[in-house]
Order: sequence, then C-alpha cells, then structure tokens
Amino acid sequence: MIFLKLIVTNLRRHRIRSFISVAGIAFSVAAMLTVVTILQGAIGMFSGILSNDSEMIVFERNVSDLFFSNVPASAAEQIASWPMVSHADPVLFGIVSSAGHPIITCFGVTAADARIRKATWIAGDKLSFAQHADDVVLGERAAEFLGAKLGDHVPIGHGVFHVIGILKTANGFEDGGVFMPLSAAQSFFHKEGTSSVVTIKLGNKDDAASFKAMVKAKFANLIALENAEFTRSYSQFRILKSTAWAVGGCGLLMGGLGVANTMIMSVFTRIREIAILRVNGFSQVQIAAMIFGESAVVSMLGAVLGLLSGTCLLFALKLVPALHGYIDVTIQPVVMLIVILLALLTGIAGALYPAVYAMRLKAVEALRFE
Amino acid sequence: MNLFTTQAGNQKRTVLRVEDVWKSYDDGTIEVLKGVNFDAIEGQSVALCGPSGCGKSTLLHLFGGLDAPDRGRVSVNGIEVNRHRNLLRLLREEVGFVFQLHNLIPDLTLAENCLIPTVAAGIDHRTARARLMQLTERTGLTHRLDQRIQKLSGGERQRTALCRALMNKPKILLADEPTGSLDEQSSGVVFDLLLDLVATEGVTLVMATHDRSLAMRCDRLLKMHDGRIHEPVSA
Repeated sequence: MIFLKLIVTNLRRHRIRSFISVAGIAFSVAAMLTVVTILQGAIGMFSGILSNDSEMIVFERNVSDLFFSNVPASAAEQIASWPMVSHADPVLFGIVSSAGHPIITCFGVTAADARIRKATWIAGDKLSFAQHADDVVLGERAAEFLGAKLGDHVPIGHGVFHVIGILKTANGFEDGGVFMPLSAAQSFFHKEGTSSVVTIKLGNKDDAASFKAMVKAKFANLIALENAEFTRSYSQFRILKSTAWAVGGCGLLMGGLGVANTMIMSVFTRIREIAILRVNGFSQVQIAAMIFGESAVVSMLGAVLGLLSGTCLLFALKLVPALHGYIDVTIQPVVMLIVILLALLTGIAGALYPAVYAMRLKAVEALRFE
Repeated sequence: MNLFTTQAGNQKRTVLRVEDVWKSYDDGTIEVLKGVNFDAIEGQSVALCGPSGCGKSTLLHLFGGLDAPDRGRVSVNGIEVNRHRNLLRLLREEVGFVFQLHNLIPDLTLAENCLIPTVAAGIDHRTARARLMQLTERTGLTHRLDQRIQKLSGGERQRTALCRALMNKPKILLADEPTGSLDEQSSGVVFDLLLDLVATEGVTLVMATHDRSLAMRCDRLLKMHDGRIHEPVSA
C-alpha cells in the first residue's frame, strides 16, 4: 500500500507534468487506434466486396494490385462450368475521376452478380441492369456526391452514363461506387475479354483445396485463394496494415519520449527522497520497481484515455456524411490488446534510463543533494 | 573475541568494530580519516565530538555502509559491511539512521514514513503496525499518526525520524547531529527520548554532535581531531 502510495504520490505532486505525459500517451494510443481501425475497416470493406456471396477468389498470379490483374473470359467461363462451382462471377475493377471527385471506383459486373441481385435497390429495377452499354447503377453515396437521381445522365471519366438504379449497401466502397455492365466496363477501361477477378461460390466448401489445385493445374498464370487467405496475403493489405502500425508506432514513440522526460524529471526532483529510501533499506530493485510502477501508471492511464477518446473519434468520424460507409467502428480485441501492450512497453522503455540512474544513485552523495 | 567486560564485570558483545579506517576525497587530496580504530559494545551510547569537517559524519556513513573506506575494515556484529548483500541486510536489520534534517517524505503521513523500513524489509503489515504503535506511544506521537509531515513541528518531525530509525529493531542507531536543527527546549526533549529509547531497546547509539552538554550524557565521549579519534574521555 505504501509502495503504491510512493508511486502515486509523485504523480500527484507534479499534476500538470503527469497530465501532459498521460495526454501524450493517450493521444498516441488514440491516433494508433484510429488509424489502424480505419485501415482495418477499409481492408475489411474491400474484402467484403470480394467475398460477397462467395468464398474464393481467382486472379492473376504474381500481381501486387488487383486493379492490374487480368483473368481471361474464357478461363472464367471454364471455371464456371466445373461441377464443384455453384457460381463464378467475373468482376472488373476500375478507377475514374469526375469533376470535383478525384476517385470513383467502378465495378464491371454481370446481371447475375450477387452485388446486383442481393443489393437493396432504393431506386430502379434490378432486372433492367445490363440492358444497355451506357447504363450504370450508382451506390447511394455516389448518387449523392454526383448529384444524380434515377434517369439522369452523369459524366463519369470520359463518358456520360444513364443512371438506371441506385442501391444501398453498408460497404463504403460499394456505396460510393458505380456499377457498370461487365462488357461496358471492359470497353471503358480497354480491357476487352478480361476481368480483374472471378469470385467463386462452391457447392461444397470442403472442395476448396481441390478447386485451388485444379486452377493451378489448368491455368498456370492464375491463382485461387480462399477469402481469408487472400486477406492475409494480399500485398496491398499488408502494406496498408504495416503503414497503419508504423504511423501509430511513431505516435507512440512521441508519447514514449514524453514519458521518458517525465520520469527523468521525476527522478531528478527527488534524488534526496530516493536516497532516504535507500538508507531505509530499499534495494535497487525496489527503487527501479517504483520508477517503472510510476511509468506504468502513466502508460495505463494514457492507454485507457486513448482507447476511450479513439473510440469516440471513430464514432464521430462515422457520423461525417462524406465518410459514410467508409468507417467501420469494429475495434478488434486483438488491436486493443496490442495498443495497450505497446503503450505499456513504451512506458517501460521511457522509464529505463531514469530507473537505471535512480538505481545507481549513491545514498551518501544523494543525501547532500539540495 | 567479540566480548568486552564492563567495569561492573558484565560481559557484553562488541557490535561495532572499526579497524584502521582511512578515507579521503578528491583523489586523495582531502584526507578525512587517517587510521581510525574504534569499538562499541551493545547498549552503549557513544558521542563523537569535534569541529565541523573533522570526519564525524563520514565515519557514521562508513558505519552504516553508505560509503566505503579507502583502507581498513568496518564490521557490525562481526560481519564486514560494504559487501552488497551484507549492506542491504545491514540497512534493513542492523542499523538505523537519524540525521540532522529529519529526511522524511513530505507527502506521506507520519505513520507511512515510519513504515517505510518495514516495507523495504518485507515485514508483514500487522507486525509493522504493532511496532509503530509501540514506538509512537513511547514518543508521544500516537495522536499524530495520520498527519502529513508538513503539519508536524520540528520536534515532532525529529521524533518521527527516531521512530522510523527504530522500526526494524536495529542493533545500532547512528545519529548525525540529531538535535542540530531544533531549539533548546525541543532538543532536550528529543535527546531525552533518544537516550531513553536506546536504553530500553538495548540499542547501541553512536552520535555525532557539536553539543558538549548532550555528549556528556552518553556512556562514552570520543573526540575527533585531524582525522583520528584522539582521546577517549570518560563521560
């Protein structure tokens, strides 16, 4: 109890300094949580597009970005005919810009695609999809920012398209995207006869391994992966995840420097007190434990505050109309755990030098310290 | 070997032995102790007198293992200090310190300050609390247990420091000008208490002091001069 009080006493003694340190850690934790969660959400959404009513994906082997993948229509047709395949949907991805909107994601899909069949149409008729080459269906948010409604003609990229439907989806990318008939998209993006990927629904999920083997055997330049496997291994996702953790890590490093500064000041301002504890039998380990304990309290308070403020920030971002559908406030427990652990490690690292300094203090010299 | 026969014929143990101890500072340019030899037996009160800078405090620091001699040997209960494991045991079990300045932690209460040595030594709270009550009763501080140090008078602070020094029942109490920062009246009260406590607890007291009248009340009075203990004077 007294040991705990010795830890807390010093934090209370220099309230403003302690608050700044806690705030530094909290800010870093909130930044890390926000960046990681937003990017995880984005990855989840992109995975969601691919895994819509499917459990596997076929794409060109050794491409680092699906936008550059080319799967021949003949391969898609052949795969669709295999007995183990329930349905195979070729999807072509493209990105265009429009006045005031630098990035609009386009999806070239067939009328049979689950993205069209199973979506909630808030305007138009799903049966009218792919009747004409210049027909498009807009996601609700895309319709909003393009200022388009059913029947309008909207400029998208270098073309003008007729809006035949508006659909609502929980996925931010789809909600802000444009759905074109596959053949129209192939022509628009100069990718005739190919799609970016083919999403696969198997009759029996247990056939996944044999499906992968068949793709490998029949198409040397294609690869089939299960959705979870794809999410884990796709290089763009890995880069995004690494970037998120690196950005968050930099934030935490800043917070760690704040803790180090606080702990150094904490030790320097109570050199005499540490000497008194040494004279009264405190071992070097007990002194170090006190210093580390102090930094752990700062880190933990910072982590808790950071998690709370980060979560609030994510909810606030979700309410921003422009980000509707792009923010997924599902904070994964493993992310929380990693963030807390990193905050704690940062605190411990920040207290390392001060603790060693305090341990090495010679009581007889420190007692003379004013 | 460690037994000493008193004038009354009682055999008492030597608890503190100092053999040819030398100590200098600034790479030997300032020689403070020049071959000090000294023994103290259990329950004895010893006053070290001498001018400022003669090495009294240095000697006390060596007794408590806070500093190491350049040459010579300091033993407490036959065990040489200044070896790490011994040093911790020494500070936790064998030796208690009282300084001129009380050296209490201002944000803690009187009770918490006194309990610090028991926390360091891992003594269970109930035993520590019982010892605290015993000592604060003796020193008249029971009603001040939950007071913060800032709210105590100078005399009360020094009495608190005395309680803290005796919490772990040390064999030797090292007091460096224990009443040096107090007025005459408080000084008398604290010194009476100090002598009373060391007598009833059976603690050996080694006290550095300028105050000859207080020094005269100890069992032995040693005069320090020029880095040596010159003349044992019978008090």
